[in-house]
Amino acid sequence: MTGTIPVTPWDLAVAAGLVLGLAALSWRLHLGTSAAMLVAALRTTVQLFLVGWVLRAVFAQANPLWVGGIACIMLAVAGREVVARQKHRFRGLWGYGLGTGAMFTSSFSVTALALVALLEPRPWYDPRYAIPLLGMILGNTMNGVSLALDRLTSEARQRAGQIEAQLLLGRTARQAIAEIRVLSMRTGLMPMINAMAAAGVVSLPGMMTGQILAGNPPMEAVKYQILIMFLITGGTGLGALVAVWWGGRRLFDQRERLRLDRLK
Amino acid sequence: MNGPPRPSIPRLAVRGLRGAHFGPVGFELPPGGLIFVQGPSGAGKSRLLRAIADLDPSEGEVRLDGTAREAVPAARWRRLVGLLPAEPQWWAPRVRDHFDPQPAAAELDALGLDAGILDRPVGGLSSGERQRLALLRLLANRPRVLLLDEPTANLDPANTRRVEGLIAGQRKRDGVGVIWVGHQPDQRERIRPDRVLELGGARRAAA
Repeated sequence: MTGTIPVTPWDLAVAAGLVLGLAALSWRLHLGTSAAMLVAALRTTVQLFLVGWVLRAVFAQANPLWVGGIACIMLAVAGREVVARQKHRFRGLWGYGLGTGAMFTSSFSVTALALVALLEPRPWYDPRYAIPLLGMILGNTMNGVSLALDRLTSEARQRAGQIEAQLLLGRTARQAIAEIRVLSMRTGLMPMINAMAAAGVVSLPGMMTGQILAGNPPMEAVKYQILIMFLITGGTGLGALVAVWWGGRRLFDQRERLRLDRLK
Repeated sequence: MNGPPRPSIPRLAVRGLRGAHFGPVGFELPPGGLIFVQGPSGAGKSRLLRAIADLDPSEGEVRLDGTAREAVPAARWRRLVGLLPAEPQWWAPRVRDHFDPQPAAAELDALGLDAGILDRPVGGLSSGERQRLALLRLLANRPRVLLLDEPTANLDPANTRRVEGLIAGQRKRDGVGVIWVGHQPDQRERIRPDRVLELGGARRAAA
């Protein structure tokens, strides 16, 4: 068997009926989630169709400018999402720039590595490879970066007294924030470590499942999935590292004073 | 920066120091000198000390033995100009982890503490023990200026005298300059300040 069995409108309608039925049930049970569920289901439908439409256009072109443009839009949206997930984000441009810069440095370089040195599609920016790869790496890096930054800024706020006590005794800013940096890095990396540990046993990763459904031999799908997991882990780790590094520096000024006034 | 300073150079010189909630403030502190700072709460006494230790941004000039603070790396500045906050903070579980080098038994004894206290968890200390240990912790850096924010607020009379005696020794023996924020007139009489600085009101010089 090669290729996928096409999904008919009838198939989609029946699956949508499941969601509608569940919405009706939760309305009867006063769960208060039916409206949110219907809106979310509608968003999924519209957003994915839009993406599919854009991808179809981009795939037909294989134009590096188009691919770069899409990549930038993905990065910008991920940057906004990182900001939205911060409780005490940095004020001003730093709030947006820190997470976005960290994701750019890590996701783009790891994706470029995968395209240029590992998978080597022709041309290397072939959107059929570049966009899904960047999407997976960026999505997970976004998660790691926002978790790490959120931990960094909230710990710094909570433990300001302890940080300043160390500064007062002549420790450098770097020494005073070292433990919090380690904690934040760990927080950013945990989801990926857990995902790798559970892969295949607890969960079948989505990409692998997709490839198998598309008719690829399972062992090929597995190799792809392992490659992706490693790339994602590398991207997430690098992103969290850069974000925590920059963020940790931004918490102090040139006289190594803790500057919580730079946080919202 | 090393070696005994010439007598004409003050240990600490503060000119036009202005922070978010105080100032401008100016004074000179000779080696071994003591300035007593008083004033209503909210007058910026703690802020003044934090600015001198360069823990808060401030405008103006602060010189230690003639050297401007900007010329000294921040961490070294804070070793030389040691601030004891009113509520000292602890970042590690045990008392011992905050000391480098470890204090000698005689030093602990001089403040009425026994050597076993080093192995106790910080959480189990009384506020008076914390205050005295924080002072020892600060003195381990051998600062040239001490900024003390109500250093005896949580102490009984006997331990208050011990702390006052220890500070007097630092002034006399090592020429450490002291800025002492306090409330009590009787303490002010005992520690014999060279000058009294009144914040949040008219500044005046006293004997």
